[in-house]
Amino acid sequence: MASYSINVNGEKRTVDVSPDTPLLWVLRDSLGLVGTKYGCGIAQCGACTVHLNGTAVRSCSLPISVVKEGKVTTIEGLSKEGDHPVQQAWMEVDVPQCGYCQAGQIMTATALLAKTPKPTDEQIETAMNGNICRCGTYHRVKEAIVLASAKINK
Amino acid sequence: METIAKTNRRDFLKLGLVASGGLVLGFQSSSSSALGMEVINGSALPAGDVNFNSYLSISSDDLVTIFSPNPELGQNIKTSFPMVVAEELEADWKKVKVVQAHLDTKKYDRQLTGGSGAVPHSWERLRKAGATAKYMLTEAAAKKWSVSASALKAENGKVINPANGKSFTYGELANDAALIPVPTDVKLKDKKDFKLIGTAVSNVDNKEMITGKPLYGLDFYREGMLYAVITRPESFGMKLKSVDSAAAKALPGIVDVVTFKNNVAVVGKSTWEVLKARKALKIEYEKEGNIESTSDHDRIFKELLDKPEATVRRKDGDVEAAFKGAAQVIKREYQCPFLSHAPMEPMNFFAHVRADGVELVGPSQTPDRARMATATLLGVAPEKITLELTRLGGGFGRRLQADYALEAAELSSMIKAPVKVTWTREDDMMGGSYRPAVRYRFEAALDPTGKLVGYKLRGVGINSGNPTREDNFPSGSVDNLLIDSVEHQSPITTGAWRAPITNFLAFAEQAFLDEVALAAGKDPVKFRLELLDRAKTTPVGAIKYDIDRMKKVIETVAEKSGWGTKKNLAQGFSVYFSHRSYVAQVAEVEMKKGQPVLKKIYAVSDCGIVINMSGAKQQVTGGIVDGLGHSLYGQVTFKDGAAVQRNFNNYRLIRFKEVPEVEVHFIDNGIDPTGLGEPALPPTGGAVANAIFKATGKRLYNQPFNQVEEMKAVKLGEKI
Repeated sequence: MASYSINVNGEKRTVDVSPDTPLLWVLRDSLGLVGTKYGCGIAQCGACTVHLNGTAVRSCSLPISVVKEGKVTTIEGLSKEGDHPVQQAWMEVDVPQCGYCQAGQIMTATALLAKTPKPTDEQIETAMNGNICRCGTYHRVKEAIVLASAKINK
Repeated sequence: METIAKTNRRDFLKLGLVASGGLVLGFQSSSSSALGMEVINGSALPAGDVNFNSYLSISSDDLVTIFSPNPELGQNIKTSFPMVVAEELEADWKKVKVVQAHLDTKKYDRQLTGGSGAVPHSWERLRKAGATAKYMLTEAAAKKWSVSASALKAENGKVINPANGKSFTYGELANDAALIPVPTDVKLKDKKDFKLIGTAVSNVDNKEMITGKPLYGLDFYREGMLYAVITRPESFGMKLKSVDSAAAKALPGIVDVVTFKNNVAVVGKSTWEVLKARKALKIEYEKEGNIESTSDHDRIFKELLDKPEATVRRKDGDVEAAFKGAAQVIKREYQCPFLSHAPMEPMNFFAHVRADGVELVGPSQTPDRARMATATLLGVAPEKITLELTRLGGGFGRRLQADYALEAAELSSMIKAPVKVTWTREDDMMGGSYRPAVRYRFEAALDPTGKLVGYKLRGVGINSGNPTREDNFPSGSVDNLLIDSVEHQSPITTGAWRAPITNFLAFAEQAFLDEVALAAGKDPVKFRLELLDRAKTTPVGAIKYDIDRMKKVIETVAEKSGWGTKKNLAQGFSVYFSHRSYVAQVAEVEMKKGQPVLKKIYAVSDCGIVINMSGAKQQVTGGIVDGLGHSLYGQVTFKDGAAVQRNFNNYRLIRFKEVPEVEVHFIDNGIDPTGLGEPALPPTGGAVANAIFKATGKRLYNQPFNQVEEMKAVKLGEKI
């Protein structure tokens, strides 16, 4: 066990866990931030996607010991009122079915749009290919990203 | 206006004031054969108790709370159920709050999600719940104004007097309405006057889902609860022999290691700690039953297909004579593997077994099954068990089983503590309840004019039950027909997987009919329509599908897709009837650089009245994506009784780049809703395989397609 001070959603949080504890379980079990989901544990499905210094990462495969001073953003910290343009677009397009993968989808999409505000179809497809949606909402995910891009570039 | 007279449904309507004021209304099962109604006044209800039979309540500040009893797993029931109530109530949808009801068999009937049956089952009672409340609110306003209720109008959460423009909000009327006698008959709206039903309404949980609020079973947390993972035998046919848990118990955060049945549960203070500790377990297993591999199943299938004895499912005419006299006989076999349900949220359940009762919380498609199984297991009266439904991160039939809830309850009873059991993805994929592996042999006899005069189907499966649907099309259209089946019993557990049996049967049948049509020298669409005409004019045996509805979806998809008119695209057709609904699809494949690329799928669905156009379109689209993905990639194979595919690295699910364009249409026929969550899935594999044949000349007989030798190099779904 060791003590780690990490920066999550703009707040400093201290947790006492073993160094190999994946960020996912620190967020969920230690900090109660359960918006980040467990889906596979091997970085294959994207349900656990968060931002580390603005980059989309798989928190299930990221040990707490390597997070260090990095800025972690989870779905809960994406916006105060749940009104990030990507979240707005998700609402307007009515993307979710079961909804379980959607936090991960949104985190991947926001990281894409932060770096590439006007992505091509191919850039969207490449960025989103790591996020599985078992319900098959891919068409709406794409529609929402295109809409969010339009909102951001307005 | 349409009047629903007294019905023979076992419904019982109650109504009353809650302590906080307002109207509460709902239905209840009772032994009465007539629709009985009862008014409870405020004093009859315990103070603050809203825990009685109800679908809706109206508060004095105009908030309409609608309780949604059925488990929500992505089929959008939590939005569409309340829409039906709100429609008849003439509620202001902006002032409707939807609450997931807990398990309550006294208040609700058929509180489960399966078989695409929730809306067909509840359609009328939901409408009545809304209409009855509207009636009483209108009567209350009429009393206040001393006018006839027939002169008043309910609209957008208000009762209006058109003569003078005055109005009361529902909140202003709720207390008085609670004193109005409950009508024995209520008038339901004319369907053409629907305002909310048929529109696109956003999912009521969208905000919570996109902001990461705790909604799912895995998100549930209770102060003081423990975390557990359970190791089960790796191979089907093995049982627990011995456990050495000393090393695991010594690890940080571990509270206990408990063994029950074939399970070894590691209990601790966090998910990661129990996951780590389970790796330190030393477990030995021993043989208990057959240890089977996929190669055994392939051999077993061949034996069963040739077995002289089989269970006859349907027999019309004289099949042997028809095949003897045939000008042409076509015989083909189709096979599918086991599939994992793989909902994105793995299995999990919270249980707290106390001396005075049991608390269960989690994602279940059949909460009452979980409760009753727990009652039996623990010897506790069902009334002492509560079950709180969370949102389900997918189900696909896996959560029809109660095993994972039962394990949590058993573990909690042993450790005498509240505990949440979490399955890893590997636990989930190795843990059984798979879609059964099945093989079919189809035979068709054609006369010299190309008429289908004989049809045989033998279905064989591993723990598949009846792998045929003997009364489905083309039964009824062929004079001589024999459908039978043989089942192999295996230690590998199986269960319902979205659109059970038809999820593969539809592919096999529709691919076979495509071949038969071409052998008969007929267009595949015209061939089906001709068979349906025969079923109509000269029906053979019982016809258990609606010929006109099936014809309509076929004709409509042909029109929407421009069937037969496209030069550079190969089109494949498929149609299927399942779960009371009809879906026809056309897939389009284009050859690019010598490889087939799936460009688009058209779907026409007749599921009767569409309640929520947004949810319904996605439900059909998602069903197609699901059907396509599993046709292309899905399989669980076995080596020495153990699943080979254990996570998404080798259990391949369809991804973003691999979905073609999808265009969805609905038949607008005013028929009461007939099922939406499953029927769009079965036709997809057949439409795609038929299009691939047209494009490449290669027939696909086995799923997944990407394991077929000639298809291995083909990236069908990927854009080139």
